[in-house]
Amino acid sequence: MSLPAEEIAAIRANIASRKTRDLIFTSIGVLCLALALATIAALFVDMAITGWDRFRPGFFTDFPSRKAVQAGILSAWVGSLAVMIVTAVVAIPLGVAAGIWLEEYAPKHWITDVIEININNLAGVPSIIYGLLALGLFVYTFGLGQSVQTAGLTLALLILPVVIVSTREAIRSIPQMIREAAYGLGATKWQTVKDHIVPYSLPGILTGIILGLSRAIGETAPIITIGALTFIAFLPPSPITDTAPFLNFEWLKAPFTVMPIQIFNWTSRPDSAFHQNAAAAGAVLVAMTLAMNALAIWLRYRLRKNIKW
Amino acid sequence: MNTPKLPPTPTKIKAETKNFNFYYGDFHALKNINIQLGENQVTALIGPSGCGKSTLLRSFNRMHDLYAGNRYEGELILHPDDTNLVDPRVDPIEVRMRLSMVFQKPNPFPKSIYENVIYGQRVRGVTKRSVLDDKVEEALTNAALWDEVKHRLHDMAFALSGGQQQRLCIARALATDPEVLLFDEPTSALDPIATASIEELIDELKKKVTILIVTHNMQQAARVSDYTAYMYLGEMIEFGVTDEIFIKPKDKRTEDYITGRFG
Amino acid sequence: MSSTSAVSALRPVSDRLAKRASRHVKERIIEAILFASAAISVFVTLGIVYVLLKESIVFFSQVSVVDFLTDTQWTPLFDDAHFGIMVLLSGTAVSSFVALLVAIPIGTIIAIYLSEFATPHAREIAKPILEVLSGIPTVVFGFFALLFVTPILQWFLPSLPGFSLLSAGIVMGIMIIPIVSSISEDAMRAVPMSLREGSYAMGATRLQTALRVVFPAAISGIAAAYILGIARAVGETMILAIAAGMQPNLVWDPMEPAATITSFIVQVALGDLPHGSVGYNTIFAAGLTLMLFTLVFNMLGFWLQRRYRERY
Repeated sequence: MSLPAEEIAAIRANIASRKTRDLIFTSIGVLCLALALATIAALFVDMAITGWDRFRPGFFTDFPSRKAVQAGILSAWVGSLAVMIVTAVVAIPLGVAAGIWLEEYAPKHWITDVIEININNLAGVPSIIYGLLALGLFVYTFGLGQSVQTAGLTLALLILPVVIVSTREAIRSIPQMIREAAYGLGATKWQTVKDHIVPYSLPGILTGIILGLSRAIGETAPIITIGALTFIAFLPPSPITDTAPFLNFEWLKAPFTVMPIQIFNWTSRPDSAFHQNAAAAGAVLVAMTLAMNALAIWLRYRLRKNIKW
Repeated sequence: MNTPKLPPTPTKIKAETKNFNFYYGDFHALKNINIQLGENQVTALIGPSGCGKSTLLRSFNRMHDLYAGNRYEGELILHPDDTNLVDPRVDPIEVRMRLSMVFQKPNPFPKSIYENVIYGQRVRGVTKRSVLDDKVEEALTNAALWDEVKHRLHDMAFALSGGQQQRLCIARALATDPEVLLFDEPTSALDPIATASIEELIDELKKKVTILIVTHNMQQAARVSDYTAYMYLGEMIEFGVTDEIFIKPKDKRTEDYITGRFG
Repeated sequence: MSSTSAVSALRPVSDRLAKRASRHVKERIIEAILFASAAISVFVTLGIVYVLLKESIVFFSQVSVVDFLTDTQWTPLFDDAHFGIMVLLSGTAVSSFVALLVAIPIGTIIAIYLSEFATPHAREIAKPILEVLSGIPTVVFGFFALLFVTPILQWFLPSLPGFSLLSAGIVMGIMIIPIVSSISEDAMRAVPMSLREGSYAMGATRLQTALRVVFPAAISGIAAAYILGIARAVGETMILAIAAGMQPNLVWDPMEPAATITSFIVQVALGDLPHGSVGYNTIFAAGLTLMLFTLVFNMLGFWLQRRYRERY
């Protein structure tokens, strides 16, 4: 039984108009993505152009100065490096250990729930609150001062949830049969964890650590709150000394600055010459962040090649 | 229920259960099981899905300890120790060092063939290279895999075929010099040729160890085992010499299962 | 752990099978160390609560809660000091509103597009774009807002001042797009294919299926995305500190400069902060207010996320 011609035409028109709407939406979707891409492109290009004049080798080896042309990021990137070392040393063992406990040891108990809820909450706490925690507790009450160690410790706590979540997800992907095989051969829980669980989840754990560090390196608010100074024309004392034991930890207690703070300081100056410095430093910071993210992804790909599940 | 004894042939009992019960939480999964494993004999557990055969198998090496909410009741005795393995004073680690398991799907570690086989020894603290090398060769030979892999011991285990991986898992289980080998449907994930080679292997292995095998394939049980136990809904329905069970079962339920009337 | 009833308390345990004390102790010690690492998170939370409460109590011993909530001026460092948190809240609210006006529509459209329309090839391109966007440090976004976006906006709106909530809000919105889109996309992907197939089988187009079937089915996950986006906007600091100016004005017009809770804390921290001074205590009171808001938003967001994950 076929329909009269007008009805068929009406149906066809309806289908056509709906298909058109599909097409329109697809275009809008692509446009929105293009907007995101355009923002990134505009940002990179703007920074490259604005900061172009400042890109000379001396930029990396000069201290900040009152003269914009001579001001460099030496104290900033050395400071960032020093703080990152402390952050890594604190966050990695704590985060990985916590992830292991939650996945392999935690019993069904309200304490486990409390810990899990805590970690989820901490992931959403604004970074400036971590700065207030550091100011109130670490700087004064614990007496750690406005120093590299305080900054490193604060950022470590900030990225702890990231490390814990990546560790947990990496561990969860290990099939239960592998654990049973290990236990079945007489391994204790710790032997199973150290010989199997950790090695097989290493790619995911490393990815999480690097992503966490790439976030920490760009954090400004907590560091400002601690009291990083913005005009630092000196470096923290070197950790290597001439006399035994050849290693000293004075640098942990030193005042310091970091890349984001330097960028903030230069951006806030009314003198637009410093804006060029800010752009150049910003470009360096973004490059560092992107490089770390790319490293994380590559490492994960490389290390996962041997694992077939 | 039945408490059959082993037929009067000169075999020793390696392990046995006495009124053994098991609970997954509130669920009564194994009901008053009485079974004896003859030393250097192959005993098969057969029955439809959910009958509890894997549950019983995994009780022998205390695998259920890994998960919360499980409860053993009764006795599961290992000889010559004459000790109840599910006694809370018994260390499950020690149990697993003497009863090894081979799983349904081959599950080698993502390590080299060598490292896979040797893991049981490493776990006991053995580090001397020469001792480990000898163990690897012995275990792989007993698992009928040595000739195929002796020139590539340090290749990844994943490079092997399915049948080879399962034999690797058997070698791994043998490297700890176990007294009992527990097989949990070891050929269900393998092709017929690999299956046949594993069955041949089991026949060889029983000269050295006592074997308990769970299988859902009745023909395999008939081919491979000396004694067979038929289980249904957590109970041991019938237990006896394999030939007798398959030719002249005493219980009607056994007969129904074997003739394919259900399951 | 499993347990055994004491039927065979009589049968002795051979030496070979008995528990080894040294092994047991070692395992317990390791477990304790790992537990302590996990429990640190609780201490961090307690630390935050302690610090914020301790200093806020000092603050509220000098400033009444009523004044704090109702005063319309915020001049804590002047001689005639006023402590009306509303002023800072207005800045936070307006900037967040602008940000969400950008992030929610664009983020949702991107999520629907990626989940229901895009080819795998398109997704391969989109994923890195969004990841890069979410990896850019906020201080760089602040620079971008002040020195690139503001001049462009001033071209369209000549009366726009150099510092404004509008400029900062727009850039903040762009920064939040990846959060909204990725959580929404996750929620939509979790909707079972069978629901879509039912719709397509009736002759619906992709858009109709997406809007009438998938979107409603994923609504709690999408709501979680929006709420977590709000939380992120409320907690953002640097973009506002750089581009919105730090004048504590009680304004509702985005084309004005204004301070937010977060930029106020930065401003005070940049100056001299003698421990125990009024300024010092004030930032903790402001921080406490911020913490309460973000806590509510985050808990709501996580709860909604759990709900949609459970359903599918």
